[in-house]
Amino acid sequence: MTELLKVVGLTREYPGVRANDDVSFSIGTGEVHALLGENGAGKSTLVKMIYGLEKPDAGFMKLRGGSYTPANPQAARAAGVAMVFQHFSLFEALNVAENVALGMENPPKMRELAASIRQVSENYGLPLDPDRIVGDLSAGERQRVEIIRCLLQDPKLLIMDEPTSVLTPQEVEILFKTLRKLQSEGTSILYISHKLEEIRALCDEATILRLGKVVGECDPKTTTARDMAEMMVGQTLHVPSRESSEAGEMLLEVKDLDFAPANPFGTRLKNVSLKLRAGEILGIGGVAGNGQDELLSVLSGEARTDKGAITFDGQDVSALGPNARRRIGLLTAPEERLGHAAAPNMSLTENAALTATIRKKLSKNNFLNWKKTESFAREVIKAFDVRTPGPASAARSLSGGNLQKFVIGREVLQDPKVFVVNQPTWGVDASAAADIRQALLDLAAGGAGVIVISQDLDELMEISDHFAALNEGTLTAPRKAKGLTVDEIGLMMGGAHDLEAAQ
Amino acid sequence: MITFVKRPQPSKFWTIATPVLAVILTMILGGLLFAAMGKDPVVAIRTIFWDPLFNDQFAAYSRPQLLVKAAPLILIAIGLSLGFKAGIWNIGAEGQYIIGALTGASVGLALYPLDAWWIFPLMVIAGALGGFLWAMIPAILKTRFNTNEILVSLMLVYVAEQILASAALGFLRNPEGNGFPGSRNLSQIPAMSNPELISGTGAHWGVVAAFAAVVAAYVLINKHMLGFQIRLTGESPRAARFAGVKDRLLVVFCLGTAGALAGLAGLFEVTGPAGQISIDFGAGYGFTAIIVAFLGRLHPVGILLAGLLLALTFIGGELAQFMLGLPSAAIQVFQGMLLMILLAMDILVNYRVMIVNKEAA
Repeated sequence: MTELLKVVGLTREYPGVRANDDVSFSIGTGEVHALLGENGAGKSTLVKMIYGLEKPDAGFMKLRGGSYTPANPQAARAAGVAMVFQHFSLFEALNVAENVALGMENPPKMRELAASIRQVSENYGLPLDPDRIVGDLSAGERQRVEIIRCLLQDPKLLIMDEPTSVLTPQEVEILFKTLRKLQSEGTSILYISHKLEEIRALCDEATILRLGKVVGECDPKTTTARDMAEMMVGQTLHVPSRESSEAGEMLLEVKDLDFAPANPFGTRLKNVSLKLRAGEILGIGGVAGNGQDELLSVLSGEARTDKGAITFDGQDVSALGPNARRRIGLLTAPEERLGHAAAPNMSLTENAALTATIRKKLSKNNFLNWKKTESFAREVIKAFDVRTPGPASAARSLSGGNLQKFVIGREVLQDPKVFVVNQPTWGVDASAAADIRQALLDLAAGGAGVIVISQDLDELMEISDHFAALNEGTLTAPRKAKGLTVDEIGLMMGGAHDLEAAQ
Repeated sequence: MITFVKRPQPSKFWTIATPVLAVILTMILGGLLFAAMGKDPVVAIRTIFWDPLFNDQFAAYSRPQLLVKAAPLILIAIGLSLGFKAGIWNIGAEGQYIIGALTGASVGLALYPLDAWWIFPLMVIAGALGGFLWAMIPAILKTRFNTNEILVSLMLVYVAEQILASAALGFLRNPEGNGFPGSRNLSQIPAMSNPELISGTGAHWGVVAAFAAVVAAYVLINKHMLGFQIRLTGESPRAARFAGVKDRLLVVFCLGTAGALAGLAGLFEVTGPAGQISIDFGAGYGFTAIIVAFLGRLHPVGILLAGLLLALTFIGGELAQFMLGLPSAAIQVFQGMLLMILLAMDILVNYRVMIVNKEAA
């Protein structure tokens, strides 16, 4: 295998942190190379340098033997390097072809572009209609738009950042087929993921980063996922263990809930019913954008629903706002950490006051007790091992995983009766994710009811007593999690919708 | 090549340093402007910033003027800053100021010639209420029909100006004024006047109210739940909703408080320094207060200092017109420069300036 990209001694420093320290590795032509590491290990910085978004302070790169110093992403694309980001940059109100054209330097005529999109999507088994409006597409289809946008440039190296985090198992299979086909045609792929089983199934080589340094290289096909995870975190993993508990009293009941969100691109919840007992963890799977945000907002009280739709502890809470629900013990943690669960420019102390003033009695006569609030913030930081200089740090200065630990910790330490959390470990590194899951398990073991909305099926299978799936705003009937097969889950997540359409 | 790198957190140092730097830079650029107009820049800057306070000849007159001009600016800016912090843009303080003066003066004049101690307090309440109600128009339209408060509050300024003109010419006109426009002189009616409390300082009840507002706003913003909710809403509306903030109530509170404070400022002005309702009563305090609010970084103490600084440029500017023959437009350009430069310097609070050698990369 000839060498395509060689990275030698790349170093990049930010104020106060060395994000990449003397990083070297190489990718062969037609190789699928995994980049593994915890949050903050420096993966993003590294690929940003390869894609021309950041410049290294030291070190150099070689592409096909020649010097490679991309000044910007345009230069990187011209050299044959393309990237699919974790967060899509698509305009919801435009159609697929228009979105693709916006990313091109010299877009061809719309009709020709649509034809080539069709051709590429057929060649690589990525079904996509160029005339559809992006706002109507599922997350998986949106990702296809991004991938096809890259493939139209005929890249030599395709960088993919956590591509499967938004996909159903079936969609993952389609993606992998596409990636293998690309590989067989000689395209190299740099694949970033937390999901070790995926990397074992797909990748030829893996480079493992920790704290900005390369700590190991391995052949993922012959290394166990556990070994790779331990290399990543540099310590033995703490595996959560589910102690099945007897079903307790009924805590939360949602009955025939219909809800139309204010946002026109939101998902309408249709006839959603669920029951949650004390000590139970209900896992709700499904691809993002199928009503998860809406379900959380009706449970948190940010959005109100019809009378009688939500009963908590025998009381109709449909008309109560977020703080009234907190007072009686119904706590939530939304998916979006920055800007929803936490205010980016505010300190951790202020962010602790965001939800905890009532249950932690942080205010008196509506005057905040900042001392008490700060000590609560410290308590969260300590109990959940949030890595930060202190409670005065702004929320935005924390890495995603650390902020998530803070957000979860803030709610868990308020001793909720029911805790609803959306994507608790999304974009969180393996060891932090294990801590968060353990905290949820402890919460349930202590008699609280927990609803975990997540796209990570392994996670849900690991901690849930019951499992249900959200699909286009419809919730399937919950089933016992134990014994469910991947195919059954896939059917619950995507198939239920097809059945409905066939009726 | 110069690039800007985002700081992990806003810099405390630059939050304080940028207004100072902006003032210095404005002095330099303003000096260049005055030099281009054929005036000695050093003399011009000295006339604006130094002479009003320390020149033997003028200070006796202009020093008290500082508090007289600063008080309404500070009072209005404090009210505006609450809304601005929450992302609620009340641009119509000028209108609320005028209506406050009108309602307060109307209540007083309706009781003329009664002489009782409670008349002035009653007028104060009526002034605050007038400003409050005028601000409720954009507030209710916004919460009910989702209209843009910037447009509605701004347009209501022009409505208020028309009402002012009709009052000065019509229902509030002094019956003993020989047909001249303008109301009775309230500052000469003991029961309605807002006198200088300490001779030679310019301090009247409006100054007291302004200082009280600074303290109250400081406590509200830093200690009270409502102040926290205001900041949270400005930082991140979605997080605020998650924290249980009732956003409509907040709109009503912020607009209402700003309106009431602007109304108070108008009442204190009409019963004191201005003395009467006249066609040109609206002197632009309501608009200048927007500059004061931002110059003071929406911080109560900052607003206090900014109000004094801007009052100084007003008085100094008048002095410069009078002494050096600078056109008033040049003074307005100078004040505009101050805001522009301050906003431009804002970038230093959240970004670091880095000089990058392009070749080396």
